[in-house]
Amino acid sequence: MGLRWMLVGLSLLLVLCVSPAAAETITVASTTSTENSGLFAWILPMVLEKTGVEVRPVAVGTGQAIRMARRGDADVLFVHDRASEEAFVAEGYGVKRHPVMYNDYIVVGPKDDPAGIRGMKDVGAALKQIATAQAPFTSRGDDSGTHKAELRLWKGAGVDPRPASGSWYKETGQGQGATLNVASGMDAYMFVDRGTWISFKNRGDLELLVEGDPLLFNQYGVILVSSEKHPHVKARAGQAFIDWLISGEGQQAIGAFRVEGQPLFTPNYSPATPGP
Amino acid sequence: MQSLGDAFRAAFGLVVSLDPDLIEIVSLSLSVSGVSLLLASLVGLPAGAGLALVRFPGRRAAIVVVNAAMGLPPVVVGLLVYLLLSRSGPLGELGWLFTARAMVIAQFLLITPIVAALSRQVVEDLWVEYADQLSSLGAGPLRAIPTLLWDARFSLLTTVLAGFGRAIGEVGAVIIVGGNIAHATRVMTTAITLETRKGDLALALGLGLVLLTLSLGINALAAGVREFGARWEG
Repeated sequence: MGLRWMLVGLSLLLVLCVSPAAAETITVASTTSTENSGLFAWILPMVLEKTGVEVRPVAVGTGQAIRMARRGDADVLFVHDRASEEAFVAEGYGVKRHPVMYNDYIVVGPKDDPAGIRGMKDVGAALKQIATAQAPFTSRGDDSGTHKAELRLWKGAGVDPRPASGSWYKETGQGQGATLNVASGMDAYMFVDRGTWISFKNRGDLELLVEGDPLLFNQYGVILVSSEKHPHVKARAGQAFIDWLISGEGQQAIGAFRVEGQPLFTPNYSPATPGP
Repeated sequence: MQSLGDAFRAAFGLVVSLDPDLIEIVSLSLSVSGVSLLLASLVGLPAGAGLALVRFPGRRAAIVVVNAAMGLPPVVVGLLVYLLLSRSGPLGELGWLFTARAMVIAQFLLITPIVAALSRQVVEDLWVEYADQLSSLGAGPLRAIPTLLWDARFSLLTTVLAGFGRAIGEVGAVIIVGGNIAHATRVMTTAITLETRKGDLALALGLGLVLLTLSLGINALAAGVREFGARWEG
């Protein structure tokens, strides 16, 4: 008898669970920095109100987001690695890349700063000092936009940290927040984007140590996935989302976003030039 | 480091304020895992009873496979379902990736072996008791399946709860095929993962406590049903 009622209850749940949503929804492959910082929670209700499009963001690393879009599992790609974004468009998977906004990267590390990098303005020199001191450094090691930016900086600094992988250079293979938890647990240095840092709560003894180098600039781009490659892509709704992002209103909304009173993203779309 | 006290406060605050996001997440968790369990029971219970009663070539091998499948790694199941449902995959046409349906499929694959393997054991034990009686009534193994499942229903409740526990506590598969999309595919476990990544360990643990309490409640309810049922039957 109990079982029979359980079946009835579960069948009701089945009906509730599979009823589809009414508004036109698109899937946006994006990064942990935009989702975890709360930017999406801030702008998506405005997008829904203005365009009638319900955006469903899937937050993964830039590398995984691009592979997802390439397979046709997203309508729009919203990431931060210019080189791979341009390759995505050049290979015909994307329609056009629009620069939307930027934020910046910083280097955080333990309060007692064993490598002595606090306040340095040259991020390359700071990394070199960390390597020389063999101070613990956590890297995402997950092919994300942040990871790629970090590797470019190591290269620019003339240091190859990979042979040290497993000793002072620790690759977690996880997202920004998960890796920050590791850094905070073992008092390690880490290269991280400011948005994630500001909204991150488990800092332990970590502090912001290096910021302001122009090399730490982090540009975001948005791309509609090509309907020629993937005919099921919701091109109209996807384009409406992009048009709103680069409109005066969308740009203003991005600039007005605050976490703990601090602006995180600076809108910088410009129609005249292809942008940074 | 935040203390356990903060976690309890966070959990208490969420529950007392009936946080609408929490309610949404809990309902989705319950419905996804509930539907998975329903489907897994529809397949797993008869399959388990069949394995217990029907003799066929390769039966031993089948039992070993089903038992081993209880330990399927959720991440692997998640990846398989992702590749199946991906637009470039064989079932891409359905457009089910990043929906609750994808999560149901993944959990169904994870818990059906558990339901089947455990119910096989229960039914096999019962069959030892009943075999003579049912045979004398002229009921073959296939005819005996519904009778045995019905008579074992209170023991099978534990089997079903084991499946439910695995489904509702699992994160590896649902985060891959669901995408942890807010207000669409975010469930208890993926929300806990997200808060951990944001470094809000107190809130993450608080959500964990809510999940544990929920599990406890469901198990208590099941124990009550069993007690009541046993008394009712005399």
